[in-house]
Amino acid sequence: MSLLDHSALELLALLQSNQVRAEQVVTESLSRIEQLDPPIGSFLHVNHDGALAAARDVDRRRHLGQPVGALAGLPVALKDLICTIDQPTTCASRMLANFRPPYDATVVARLRAADAILIGKTNLDEFAMGSSTESSALQRTRNPWNRDHVPGGSSGGSAACIASDLVPLALGTDTGGSIRQPAAFCGITGLKPTYGRVSRYGLIAFASSLDQIGPMCRSAADAALLLQATAGHDRHDSTSADVEVPDYLKAIAQPISGLRIGILRQQLDSDVDPEIHRAVTEATYVLKSLGALCQDIDLPHSQYGVATYYVIAPCEASSNLARYDGVHYGFRATQLTAAELTASESADLESEGPLVRMYRRTRETGFGAEVKRRIMLGTYALSAGYYDAYYLKAQRVRRLIRQDFDRAYQQVDALLGPVTPTPAFRFGEKSQDPLSMYLGDLFTVSANLAGLPGLSIPCGITVQGLPIGLHLQGPSFAEPTLLRLAHAFQQATDWHARRPPTS
Amino acid sequence: MTPPPTSTPPPVGAVRPYTVIVGLEVHVQLATHTKLFCRCPVKFGAPPNTQTCPVCIGLPGALPVLNETAYYLSVVTALALNCEIPAYTKWDRKNYYYPDLPKGYQISQFDLPMSCNGWLDLSDAQGRCSNRRIRIIRAHLEEDAGKSMHDEIAGRADTRIDLNRTGTPLLEIVSQPDLRSSAEAKAYLTELKLLLTYLGVSDCNMQEGSLRVDANVNLHIPVGSGTPEEIIETPIVEIKNMNSFRAVERALDFEVDRQYREWQATGKQKGEMPKQTRGWDDIHEVTKPQRSKEESSDYRYFPDPDLVPVTTTTDQLEAIRSTLKELPAALRLRLITDYGVTPYDADVIVNQGRTLADYFLAVADQCGDGKQACNWVTQEVLRSMKEGNLTIESFPIPSLELGRLIQSVQAGKLPRSRAKEVFGVMLEQILDLDTTLSRLGIQAVDSGALTDLGRELLAANPKVVADVQAGKEQAIGALVGQAKKSNPNVDPGVMRQILLDLIRQSAG
Repeated sequence: MSLLDHSALELLALLQSNQVRAEQVVTESLSRIEQLDPPIGSFLHVNHDGALAAARDVDRRRHLGQPVGALAGLPVALKDLICTIDQPTTCASRMLANFRPPYDATVVARLRAADAILIGKTNLDEFAMGSSTESSALQRTRNPWNRDHVPGGSSGGSAACIASDLVPLALGTDTGGSIRQPAAFCGITGLKPTYGRVSRYGLIAFASSLDQIGPMCRSAADAALLLQATAGHDRHDSTSADVEVPDYLKAIAQPISGLRIGILRQQLDSDVDPEIHRAVTEATYVLKSLGALCQDIDLPHSQYGVATYYVIAPCEASSNLARYDGVHYGFRATQLTAAELTASESADLESEGPLVRMYRRTRETGFGAEVKRRIMLGTYALSAGYYDAYYLKAQRVRRLIRQDFDRAYQQVDALLGPVTPTPAFRFGEKSQDPLSMYLGDLFTVSANLAGLPGLSIPCGITVQGLPIGLHLQGPSFAEPTLLRLAHAFQQATDWHARRPPTS
Repeated sequence: MTPPPTSTPPPVGAVRPYTVIVGLEVHVQLATHTKLFCRCPVKFGAPPNTQTCPVCIGLPGALPVLNETAYYLSVVTALALNCEIPAYTKWDRKNYYYPDLPKGYQISQFDLPMSCNGWLDLSDAQGRCSNRRIRIIRAHLEEDAGKSMHDEIAGRADTRIDLNRTGTPLLEIVSQPDLRSSAEAKAYLTELKLLLTYLGVSDCNMQEGSLRVDANVNLHIPVGSGTPEEIIETPIVEIKNMNSFRAVERALDFEVDRQYREWQATGKQKGEMPKQTRGWDDIHEVTKPQRSKEESSDYRYFPDPDLVPVTTTTDQLEAIRSTLKELPAALRLRLITDYGVTPYDADVIVNQGRTLADYFLAVADQCGDGKQACNWVTQEVLRSMKEGNLTIESFPIPSLELGRLIQSVQAGKLPRSRAKEVFGVMLEQILDLDTTLSRLGIQAVDSGALTDLGRELLAANPKVVADVQAGKEQAIGALVGQAKKSNPNVDPGVMRQILLDLIRQSAG
């Protein structure tokens, strides 16, 4: 029995009633990371001393009867593209391998204010570009359920550390499914909030109009707790929504009877793994038995979601990543001496000059293949003569996708479908075939394009022993509805309580 | 680069065989305290890289937030330039690599600028150019880049970068190619600068880079004898690096001659070569080719997803319009119609800036005589400012005191002959009017006393009376001198008239 078998809410109750100290929780978390993480590889950085010091400070203040924050003493892991002033922030890229931001992201500041313990930074696909965490330039992360399989991505590290009970709470980011897909692959609960619900200030941008930070935890109730502490308007983020934050924990306690759910029949009946089809279908029976009203619904334009996404996201990325040029911070390629240059390099140097050469070499060696692929895709799509055919057209389709959702939500309160067409795949299975990797995002990208919330909860396990995710989506700011449905489901089932086999 | 001339250029002042086509792009730094998308100060002259934050140096994860004051100032300016302000405007990224552009893109406005289709009227009563309406294509907001300082020490090229300026709000005002000479270009810039300073939206300090000008210039050369006349256009050249209005004027003059000679030598027309960028060399007074960004760059503009579009309602616009300050052209008209000032003098006063114009208005309102106020301000005040190297803000004589001085002359309390002396003392010794008058012992002398004095003098000087009666009117001067000696407050003009009147009466 480990303290971390408890949910975050249970731990919080133990901490608040002085049954355990924050230092005990953090020590337990650190020792589990030390013992169990090496074969999994969730963490890129463990904030050992800082976390212990923060925990002791919480204990001291609680002991003195001083006020403490809403998450006082709870360890939280952060995906390593969220800026922290006291820990490196690498984006799992060579480009930022030694980068320490001089400021905290807004979510980090809010977590500190809530006295959460920032225990470390988790692995991801380089700059969050990927669906398997294989594009991390720094480390491989394995799926705790089967180490030959990927944990999903890009928030693979956060998903894996939750699935392994290393920490009770983690933050991921979701640009096209990067919270929900690894949550599905690792059998945990992951929520992508409405665009603008959580501040992006200090989140290192991949695709600014799609990126959103969200909680990754073991249950919907814990997700509600973490969302509560991080959501809300931020004047440092122009795109953050000035919309009141409801009481999520109160919302989830309400029954779901009478809620109308649209089943995404086309997604379910498309080329989806039969085990996933069965698990998702069974989940609808559970929700019906709890009083939900189900009907089939179609999102006609969502079939264009992947194509649209893989124009818009790379366009924004190509510009967002232009700043990594070796001039002001981060990696800079070493300048070769004249003797080290090959003849053709000398000729290049002659024609392009030392500055362009520095840019080129820095970006050539600082970025991995997937990042470079997307920068090239985006640069191409934004180029004169192509802009209208790619970027503008993609924006038009994006509006159609949003309209599909708006129409659907006139009839139902939430949509239900699979998160992924397959369970977690093996290492290397898709990394050599970018297109098949991209197509795996089919069911998740539309929510990002429409700016709407989506949630993944475990709803089954394949014969091979890999988790299956259930996808719940809702209209703008319908996080309470989604969490309420997920919580009701988790009260009625125990899929979220299943743990990977211990080896 | 410049080919040798194949023919002698026409002498200055001669009718030139072409039309000069000039359009200007003016970058104006708006008078905000902080940058366009973050809260860093924009004070000039701070030590390098001390006015920066994660946002303006483009650190990963930092996000821009619009400075609403900058947007407000740009709307004020656009309204004053008669521009349309669309209800919806957005921000775009202009992508290019340069070390002083830390994000790898500049936040600017591309296809939906915050204003368009305006104009600025040029009317120069001083006769330097004809009355013209110069159309304005657009004015848009953008952030400035940083400053690269190229050091070449001991043969090693080194560049240092100061990011203090990065993110400073700039309004780019683009004119139509409506300007037809370097003098018109200068007149446009002068009027634009005046308008901006009247509005208070920019300090327009060219030395500190608050106002920067790029010029696009080419020639339309009529050839052949057909009707309509066939016109050949020379390739458009963009001139940069002009650090004063005078430099703009000279650079355009140089470029016009250069283009004409080049056309004569090569016959190259617009479209036959890419747009060229040339830099003005102020020392050698020539334009030199610069490496052109346009040649190779595709800026890949797209809407900045980190910012939200700005919408402006008609009500908001009307509210701003109603607070617009009086513009130079309107003030000139008011000086002419309400104060009786000549168009020439109205130009002189208004072009000195709003503070001097306000000074004039206060003087005129105090003394109730616009013409007199104008004479004093345009002559004595401006001359003293020039001689003493003073600004109107530091001018020692308050407007109300000058107004009272003029009033005293009008009321006969201060002899006209001594008014300038009084002005001089007030200026030198920084005294008010009453103190100056009493120090100088100037008191009003009533006309009865003057008549008595006149009678005495005439009685004592029969020869002078006889001379005057004999037609030698100038003989009276001796008596005026004596009158002044006996009472320094005597106004010589008035005394002279009284003496002449008395002689006439005695004769009659």
